[in-house]
Amino acid sequence: MRICALVIRIIRQFLHDKRSLALMFVAPIFILWFMSLIFDGEVYTPKLGTLDIPERFAEALEEQGAELVQYASEEESERSLEKQEIDAVLRFDGFAPTVRLEGSDPSVNRSVLMLLQNAMKSAAPQAMPELNIEYLHGSSEMTAFDNFGPVLVGVFSFFFVFLLSGISFLRERTGGTLERLLAAPIRRAEIVVGYLTGFGLFAVVQSVLIVWFAIDVLDLRSAGSFWLVLTVTLALAATALTLGTFLSAYASNELQMVQFIPLVIVPQIFFSGLFHLDTIVDWLRPVCYIMPMYYGADALQDVMVRGGGWSEIAPNVYVLLGFSFLLAAANTLVLRKHRKI
Amino acid sequence: MSKHSLIIFGVMTLNTIEPMIEVISVSKSFHNKTVLEDISLSIPKAEIFGLLGPSGAGKTTLVKLIAGIDRADKGEVRILSERMPKLSMLNRIGYMAQSDALYTELTAKENMEFFASLYGLKGSGRSKRIREAAELVNLSDHLKKPVSTYSGGMKRRLSLAVSLLHEPEILILDEPTVGIDPVLRQSIWAELDRLRRGGTTILVTTHVMDEAYRCQRLGMIRDGKLIAVGTPDELMAKTGSQTIEEAFLHYGGVRP
Repeated sequence: MRICALVIRIIRQFLHDKRSLALMFVAPIFILWFMSLIFDGEVYTPKLGTLDIPERFAEALEEQGAELVQYASEEESERSLEKQEIDAVLRFDGFAPTVRLEGSDPSVNRSVLMLLQNAMKSAAPQAMPELNIEYLHGSSEMTAFDNFGPVLVGVFSFFFVFLLSGISFLRERTGGTLERLLAAPIRRAEIVVGYLTGFGLFAVVQSVLIVWFAIDVLDLRSAGSFWLVLTVTLALAATALTLGTFLSAYASNELQMVQFIPLVIVPQIFFSGLFHLDTIVDWLRPVCYIMPMYYGADALQDVMVRGGGWSEIAPNVYVLLGFSFLLAAANTLVLRKHRKI
Repeated sequence: MSKHSLIIFGVMTLNTIEPMIEVISVSKSFHNKTVLEDISLSIPKAEIFGLLGPSGAGKTTLVKLIAGIDRADKGEVRILSERMPKLSMLNRIGYMAQSDALYTELTAKENMEFFASLYGLKGSGRSKRIREAAELVNLSDHLKKPVSTYSGGMKRRLSLAVSLLHEPEILILDEPTVGIDPVLRQSIWAELDRLRRGGTTILVTTHVMDEAYRCQRLGMIRDGKLIAVGTPDELMAKTGSQTIEEAFLHYGGVRP
């Protein structure tokens, strides 16, 4: 009954506050779409300068998709390299080819070298038999966005729910309404559950929207079930909700709540699987086990990239629910600061 | 003795046996700083009791202890003989804090609906109480407006209406008339008088001296101690003052 009143109030507050509504529903969609445009683009075409290379090799390079610019002298090519008009210069010192890279962007370096290797292989096919490539998960068409898209889906669920629920609870305290709430015969746990339910409803809508948009509109690869993706994002949102309201007790204004973003959200993104965790320094690695995003992102990649079923993600979902439960209990305790019973 | 006077006598003894609000040797400190020191106080049913004192004297802290929001370090607070804080007793208390404590993005009606539901009101009973409370503070024509468009005085009135919604037996008002114009202040006090005659016990903190005069009894708080309790006339007589303000200054230590 009282929980119900709290839920209705939260829904009404949201409906009156168009900006927060937009932040919750439009912002993640927009950012996701933006990211997909950036990372889903065509493969990069390296621009190569050439200094007197064999005709057959130049043809092989162009076949691989390189853009070639011929130079007459080394000074000329060096100048172009400095102006970043080309990514590398290729010359033959006698029999052996030498490549001089512009070198400031590792990903461009890699694509230049890859292209050169492919060209050399096709120019001298007898050297090695063609490699057959098979995929356990994914395919040759899989883009970078397909790989980290699932992580982004989780990050957005987490971030926006964290911020909105945290600030909303903070305002309740600084605006004096929490005190008035506690002057009424409502249990502290009822307040926590009411908040969880009210914001939970919006988190459900947000999750459905994000997941639907990512899979159906952006064509994000999703090998597993839509419902499993939804389950994971909801578990993540529940954690974000309880974490946001819990931390709001330690902020005395909205600005201090925002200060939790670099402290709490950003490190989680680092540990969420956007970067390979294997390359992290040893002593730092255990830190990821206390980060909700780590479990959420891992489960999302399991489902969307590797097509995992419930049995694969269940442990992760349980951990997230455990986090939520602990934080909700902590919330109830923290409210003791404001009313002793 | 006629039957009539017997009934009156009965009511009076009941009042003396069971005070509405009872504060017994209460002390409270925050971070080793004593805010309330050994305060005892008893307020009978159907009385308007005014708490007077300079800012920082501990009025709000005492009021919160009585409202059941905080717990005393020493001593006890009893409401209708029940030891506070007790969750089930909160339904019988109406509390209006110093801050307006309203949801500014919601309309006045939505605010009232929410708080009324917290006290278990629902359906047509709830709508009726909202209408009545809004009428009381003269806000009936503004119920559909978001509170963010309200003036300071309107917010104060709405806040008062919210604390009246569940028809509490005890009404605790922390500086209820701050920012309210004199005309409306008069009508609010008239309403408080009417509530008192209907049996409501009202505890009010105030800085406004003519309001103090409208209380049945006053308590003067200074540095966390209750230094005097009595009717306005008693306090004036005791200090040899012509006005309540003089008595206040006397107890405040400004005047010897």
